Amino acid sequence: MREALRDLIRNRELLYMITWREIRIRYKQSVMGLLWALLMPIIITSAGLVVRIAVSKVSGRPITAADIGGIGVKALPWAFFVSALRFGTISLTGNSSLVTKIKFPRLIFPLSSVLTSLFDMAIAIPVLLVLLPFVGAQASWNVLWVPLLVIILVILTAGLCIILSAGNLFFRDIKYLVEVVLTFAIFFTPVLYDASVAGKWRTFLMLNPMTPLLEGLNSSVILGQPPDLPWLAYSAIVAVLLFWGGVVFFQRLEPRFAESV
Amino acid sequence: MSDFALRMNHVFKRFRRGQQHDSLRDLIPSLVKRAVRKDRERALAPQEFWVLNDIAFEVKKGETLGIIGHNGAGKSTMLKHLSGIMVPTRGSIEVNGRLSALIEVGAGFHPDLTGRENVYLNGVILGMTRAEVRRKFDEIVDFAGLAEFIDTPVKRYSSGMFARLGFSVAAHLEPDILVIDEVLSVGDFTFQRKGIEKMRAIAKGGATVIFVSHNLQAVAEFCERGILLDRGRIVVDGPTDQVIRRYLDTAVNHEERPARGPVRIVSTRIAGTSGATGTFQAGSKARISVTLEAVAAAERVAVVIQLFNADFYDVFHTSTQRLGHAPLSLEAGQKAECDFEVDLHLGPGTYYIGVYLYRYDTEHEYDHIFPATSFVMTTDRDSRGAANLYPVVARYDARPIIPGPQALPALPATNRSPA
Repeated sequence: MREALRDLIRNRELLYMITWREIRIRYKQSVMGLLWALLMPIIITSAGLVVRIAVSKVSGRPITAADIGGIGVKALPWAFFVSALRFGTISLTGNSSLVTKIKFPRLIFPLSSVLTSLFDMAIAIPVLLVLLPFVGAQASWNVLWVPLLVIILVILTAGLCIILSAGNLFFRDIKYLVEVVLTFAIFFTPVLYDASVAGKWRTFLMLNPMTPLLEGLNSSVILGQPPDLPWLAYSAIVAVLLFWGGVVFFQRLEPRFAESV
Repeated sequence: MSDFALRMNHVFKRFRRGQQHDSLRDLIPSLVKRAVRKDRERALAPQEFWVLNDIAFEVKKGETLGIIGHNGAGKSTMLKHLSGIMVPTRGSIEVNGRLSALIEVGAGFHPDLTGRENVYLNGVILGMTRAEVRRKFDEIVDFAGLAEFIDTPVKRYSSGMFARLGFSVAAHLEPDILVIDEVLSVGDFTFQRKGIEKMRAIAKGGATVIFVSHNLQAVAEFCERGILLDRGRIVVDGPTDQVIRRYLDTAVNHEERPARGPVRIVSTRIAGTSGATGTFQAGSKARISVTLEAVAAAERVAVVIQLFNADFYDVFHTSTQRLGHAPLSLEAGQKAECDFEVDLHLGPGTYYIGVYLYRYDTEHEYDHIFPATSFVMTTDRDSRGAANLYPVVARYDARPIIPGPQALPALPATNRSPA
């Protein structure tokens, strides 16, 4: 594990270049260019609006600006998570010529998928910042939780990407499995709604390590409240364990990559 | 300080024929199997074979090693082990110094990126820092000869341009050990020459070079030592010309041919002044020896030898008859030896020898074999083509400019009327 990290630090230029390549390719020859980074969050937020309007019609509770802001704040990290996993899973198989022809730490591929998606999120963040005052965000010092939340989110996503990329190299069905799970995961993760909607079933939603992170972002940015700390600690532990386990798993399989891809 | 650059300690590698488990439903059985027995030690399963079988050798610092063998002999797999892309099933590999492997030119090039972007990307992928690439950028582009296309996406490049750029990046790595797999076969002749020269310069600079190629002439000229691989084993390890000789001989089998007539060719050998060899310096003498054996009585047997170049163009042929030697008549079971002596004034490349036996009066063919054997020509001066005429530049100097008006020769008057 320590050696893996040292290897990564030694090859940081490579990680940078591979990420740069991914970004360059994604935005080259596309008409919309950087607008693509906004598309996913906008669609997720619109879908959330539709759901919220429908729910408020049924329950009679009027929809608030903060509800909309909450969806926006959660849509960004969710879009990041989905795109990182989608690209991360196929990052090794998609680079098979590099995996079989050149020797370097392959951990770079899933990690560069995460960084590429992080770049997309970074583009969307200023847009969200401009909109925040109009959707009832409560400015408070609790905003300072955001960097920590994002770091945990990135570690969690990276851990999953590392495991899935290595898995997909040996078993190509994993790619389809990931697609299916990601399509429906939005129902099991409170992106379009709040975890409190589930009432006494909230605990089950919180067991999804993404939930405390998204809820935490909502409370610290929109509601001006600190995140639910015990659950946040739970997310952090799951993230670190996944990342650590993922790297160990990845490295155990790495010697067989070139002949199995 | 040890003086070895690279060492393979009894390396074994097991491969599977056919499909590996590629979907989840095959995972469980294979995991159970793996848990039950230790993978490294077990014997081969029916579907498995050794792609590398007990490979052991050491390469000294500054040595140039050529690896040859037929397709599927395990050459590329061996390079992938040397460069650390693959890990052996058994045995170990020691590398002493910075190793760069060029298994495929332009691996890592992205078609949508420009030449410039790909040079940076590929340079870093192959182990340079960005600062290093920046410093060598002009040199790399110059060497590839692509200055005017450097900002064009490489998907618009011809395959030769693509290969040139790929090779150029790798050639500027300054490694201690350079491993190259058959990358010069792409690109035109001029670039192949340039590539060999570049590799020679790298070797002169003290680097160890390991070179895999089907281009025997390149191996002969460039490598001082050779290794012949066959089905995962080292067949010979020694001076390049002897290794090439063995390789060329494995391609031809005189024994396994059915008898076609009363006389058959038993063996064909070519030797230089100092014994059997596979490579000849232009202008050297060679002896081509043919052994024939009569299965039944055969009359008036004449021997023809033919020489073809790598394009199977007929470079030269002659016969005992045309050289004024009377044909032999053989009794059943009798053997005969026929030696031709030739001066090899040939250009560089691989040549194939064909042998024909015929009855000189009726021109009835007794036996023929092609290629009976082959050899490689090398040259110390850069001349090309089928023949080597030993060129020297006898004179090449500029004339002084004579000042003052110079009368141009008058144009012949035309009497053509305007159309």
